[in-house]
Order: sequence, then structure tokens, then C-alpha cells
Amino acid sequence: MTLRAPARQPLEGAALRAGLVRDGLLVETGVPGLVARTAAYEAVVSGIDHLVTEAFAHLAPGYLHFPPVLARTAFRRTGYLESFPDLMGSVHVFVGGDEEHRELLRRSGGDERWEEVLEPSQVVLVPAACHALYPLLAGRLPAGGAAYEVRADCFRHEPSDDPARLQSFRMHEVVVLGSPAQAEAHRAAGVELAVGLLEPLGLDVAVVPANDPFFGRAGKVLARGQRDEGLKVEVVTTITSGRSTAVASGNCHRDHFGSTFAIEQYDGSTAHSACVGFGVDRVSLALVSVHGTDLSGWPAGVRALLGL
Amino acid sequence: MNEQIRQILAEQAGLAVPVETLGDDDDLFAAGLTSFGVVNVMLALEDALDVELPEHLLRKSTFQSVSALATVLGGLAPTMAP
Repeated sequence: MTLRAPARQPLEGAALRAGLVRDGLLVETGVPGLVARTAAYEAVVSGIDHLVTEAFAHLAPGYLHFPPVLARTAFRRTGYLESFPDLMGSVHVFVGGDEEHRELLRRSGGDERWEEVLEPSQVVLVPAACHALYPLLAGRLPAGGAAYEVRADCFRHEPSDDPARLQSFRMHEVVVLGSPAQAEAHRAAGVELAVGLLEPLGLDVAVVPANDPFFGRAGKVLARGQRDEGLKVEVVTTITSGRSTAVASGNCHRDHFGSTFAIEQYDGSTAHSACVGFGVDRVSLALVSVHGTDLSGWPAGVRALLGL
Repeated sequence: MNEQIRQILAEQAGLAVPVETLGDDDDLFAAGLTSFGVVNVMLALEDALDVELPEHLLRKSTFQSVSALATVLGGLAPTMAP
């Protein structure tokens, strides 16, 4: 199916956000990047999730829907603290007794930092759905490797007025683990599948080398490494005017997660892995940007693909 | 200098082999140094030597071997104790 190029011009972030709220797709919470979603919006997300599942069904992946929190010990080993310490979120809890409770309430009644009475819990917020998978796979993979479809509510601390930059958002990924060739092939084929999924929805997408916002001066080493090694690409589109936004990505990790989490190929060598991830909220927002906030007015072919 | 570098590699690099089995020119990446290991090594070295690597040296090749690190750091460690 071919759609004519959309006539609608992308809006400024504030205008797109206002339309999403005015026309009943999202409800703002007062915290930048934190929104509640209505049934109409969720119907779009469900449609996209279904398309992702269909597109990768030939891999017969195992399916895991993760909680929005991840074991702190596993998180520490993913490399996220080295790469994006500014984006992480940690869950802290109250474990005190009566005396600490009194102190908690005393502080919270004034302007004091009541949070300082809390202690780190066993969990942090999930920054990427597949990070929750690898710790579960320690050991030997079956012959021929393994494929998993994983979903999670993810968190990244980047408060913004850009409606495409959410602090809490859904990620739907397909991960393949096995030989180096399998991992590289999955990234390449998966990105093609992602483009083939997004274009018929009317999105004008491009595949570009990833440009992750690694933190600090040390991050420059990581950014140069990512660029030089060409391990990660992004599928980008225009959601708000003047910038391109990644709606999907393909990332070949080589043996990073395999060696970190002791995942072995069937022959005992360290497993390689690659993931193809969809930011399903961003895809939904891109569709609204292209087709408008009135879902009933979307092209019939797009509505049919999404099951609307 | 080399000893200080080796000590920090032992503490921070997460190498697959003991650092004392490596020669000064051996490839640290071949010995298991990862990108994330580089971050830890870089921050620890800057802290220990009280230096800041200039922008153009913030790349993996700076961390290729003990001698590569020694050359780079030796050239910019004005605040090091004699």
C-alpha cells in the first residue's frame, strides 16, 4: 500500500501537546513528560504493538512483559551508570521505625528534604525494556540461539515540554541472542522490518547512525566509539517541527550483555545479542503529528493496519 | 607512572586477565577492556593524577595499552608530584 505524502506540516511541540490534550488523547499531569493516556490514544498504541508482534512473529520469540522496575544489582551491570547517569531513576522506600516515621512527617510538614529519611530499595526504574531480559538468561542458550519479544514501561529523567520526549513511556523490543552473525543479521533485518512497518502508516522515516546522549566528558569516548563502530542505528521521523526524533532503533551489543550476564551460545562461547526497539508512544505521537488528532479522519488504510 | 596506571587498571578496568600478565604494549581491549571499563579507568586516572584529558584524546585509542596511556598522561601531568 502506498500513501501519498502527508500534507500536514509538523507542529511546534507546544501546539502538538495542546492538540493532544484538547482533542482527548492525553491528559497532562503537571509534570513535564508525564501524561495519562485515554482509550483513544491507547487504541493506537495497541495497534502498533500488534504490528510489531506480527512483524517479528517469524522468529517465534518468547514473550515477556516486564514490570517498570528492575533489580538494582542487575542494573548496575548493564553499563547504564557509565553511560547515562543523568537519565536514571532509583526507587527509595521507608524502612524506619517510629522514630524515623516521626522525623519523616516532621520534615515533610515543612520545607525539609523528607526523602533523605528514605533508603534505596532493591529496584531502580527500567531505562530500556531489554535490560530486564539479559539477567534472566544466564547460562546456555538453546542450539540456534534465542529470540524474545519484551515490553516494559520505561523511565528516563529528561523533563521536557516536547510531547515526544516523555519521562515515562512504553518500549516494545525484539531481542535475538546467539552467534555474532545472528546478532548482526537481526539488527540489519529488524531495522528493515521497522521501516517496513512504519512507512505504510504514513510516516516519513530515515535510518541514521545513533547519536545517544552519553553523559559528560567520559561520554565523549562512548559516543565516538558508538559512531566509529556503527553498532546502533535509529529510525527517525519528524514529530515536532525542526527536529527529527527516533521512533525505533536497532542496536548490536556484540558480547557486552553476553559476557556481563554470563550468557553462552550452545557451543559454550559467549553469546552476542542485538535488539530492535520501538518507542510505541513516539510512534503514536508521530502518527498524530502526521494524521491529526481526530483518529476517525485518519486514512482508511492506516486505520485498518492499526485495527482502529 | 606505569605502575600507577597498572594499579588503576587492576581496580577499575574489569580485565579478563590479571594486569600483571600484560606487557606495556599489550592491547587492553584484547584483554577484555570494555567501553564502560574505559569510563571507569579514565575517571580514576584523572582523579589520581589530577589532570583532565583534552577533548581530542577522549577516544578509545588513548586507552589501547599501558604505554599509550603513559605517553598521553606523561605529556599532561603538570600537577603530578615529582
